[in-house]
Amino acid sequence: MAQAPVNIRPSKHLEVPPMPIGDEPENADPMASETIALETKSLQVFYGSRLALDGISMKVAARRITAIIGPSGCGKSTLLRCFNRMNELLQGARIAGEVLFMGEDLYARDVDPTEVRYRIGMVFQKPNPFPKSIYDNVAFGPRINGNKGNLDELVEQSLRRAALWDEVKDRLKKSALELSGGQQQRLCIARALAVAPEVILMDEPASALDPLATLKIEDLMQELAKDYTIVIVTHNMQQAARVSDYTAFLTTEGGGAPGKLVEFGPKDVIFTNPRDQRTQDYITGRFG
Amino acid sequence: MTRIGFDHELKQLQDELLALGSMVEKAVIKSIDSLKRRDLALARTVVEEDKFINHKRFAIEERCLKLLATQQPMAQDLRIIVAVLHTTVDLERMGDHAEGIARVSIRIGDDPLIKPLIDIPRMTDLALGMLRRALDAFTHRDSAAATRVCQEDDEIDALHEQIYRELLTYMLQDPRTIQQATYLTWVAHNLERIADRSTNIAEQVVFIVTGKREEIGSSKY
Repeated sequence: MAQAPVNIRPSKHLEVPPMPIGDEPENADPMASETIALETKSLQVFYGSRLALDGISMKVAARRITAIIGPSGCGKSTLLRCFNRMNELLQGARIAGEVLFMGEDLYARDVDPTEVRYRIGMVFQKPNPFPKSIYDNVAFGPRINGNKGNLDELVEQSLRRAALWDEVKDRLKKSALELSGGQQQRLCIARALAVAPEVILMDEPASALDPLATLKIEDLMQELAKDYTIVIVTHNMQQAARVSDYTAFLTTEGGGAPGKLVEFGPKDVIFTNPRDQRTQDYITGRFG
Repeated sequence: MTRIGFDHELKQLQDELLALGSMVEKAVIKSIDSLKRRDLALARTVVEEDKFINHKRFAIEERCLKLLATQQPMAQDLRIIVAVLHTTVDLERMGDHAEGIARVSIRIGDDPLIKPLIDIPRMTDLALGMLRRALDAFTHRDSAAATRVCQEDDEIDALHEQIYRELLTYMLQDPRTIQQATYLTWVAHNLERIADRSTNIAEQVVFIVTGKREEIGSSKY
């Protein structure tokens, strides 16, 4: 995979048509007009000998927000981590099947996982800024990457994109740890943006935040989805309903059984008229 | 099983809707009775009691709003609440049609009827049958039964047309009947609307069950 250029703009500008509006024939592929950023084919994930995810085949549309929902232990975060090869940082974790990024095998021998993680960034559940200044947090990735451009500009652009600039522009040299939880999370998003990713993976990005900070992150996600592909894991069904374009529902039969994809589709379908009874039961709060 | 409280509230919501349906049915029966028997006091009761139907509608809408605001319903739960919101409006309007019939009865006053009422009571039975079956289908989430209700509307439309033609004949033969005959066409029109609104309710049942919004059969009026 080629070295990603370090600038704030996504490396590929795609024409993104409006979301399908739902009056297509029943069997029409709702993703037919989408550019597919990520795709899994019969994906299995093992932790040692335990099968954690089984038979996951799904597509992630470019510059859309895809939410992954499901009960605890169904493998949502595991699936998310497959998208930027974070699972292999865990001992004994391995995958079978395929994960494609823009049509290329993400797990091919010649692909550098570090490179993958630049192009497919991640934001975690708990804000995890480095104990450094606000500026240095954002500049961290580009510096490691040998950024030769205007770092000040890059930091400003990243913070603006993360909707944090106005709140921190006068204290860039202050410690990031002085920021509120919501601000720290947006700083982590700015830090992810600074290395010019194409995809941003978010693992419960708002679960540690208060309602207002949560809504700010959701607004931000929708803004970012104009330029980036976003995949979010969330326990908050209302959040998935509010922000996502597509929703995947995973579940497990429990007792250590592997997580499986039950239903995937445009969020309007998943939240108003799901096809599978298990999805219906989960999103209406009857199980899970 | 979780959400026992919410399930209970959904059940109550549906019970309230059925109670409203029953109030409307009684109002229609009374209004037609008042016309048949020339019972003006009964007609005035229907007009007077329409406010209770209106109140019930608002109370049901309040319940729906509360559930939407507090329970974040999804999927079929959401469709049920939306369907109740639509249905309660249709029922309340049917109450207005009953009131309309009662007002016709009051307008005719002490005048004798120009003809014995035969088709109008028949049309009433058909329309109320549709209403009852639509609400039954609602309770049982039976989209097949709901579809059948919609198909019954053709019979109502045919009867409506027949009544209209007959009254027209009366008017042509004897202009003194024009006023009352016109009033009676209003009654038939109100009954036709009641049947049509019953098909709306039936369509809501199909929506609850399948998630599809569609007009099943279309009224000529």
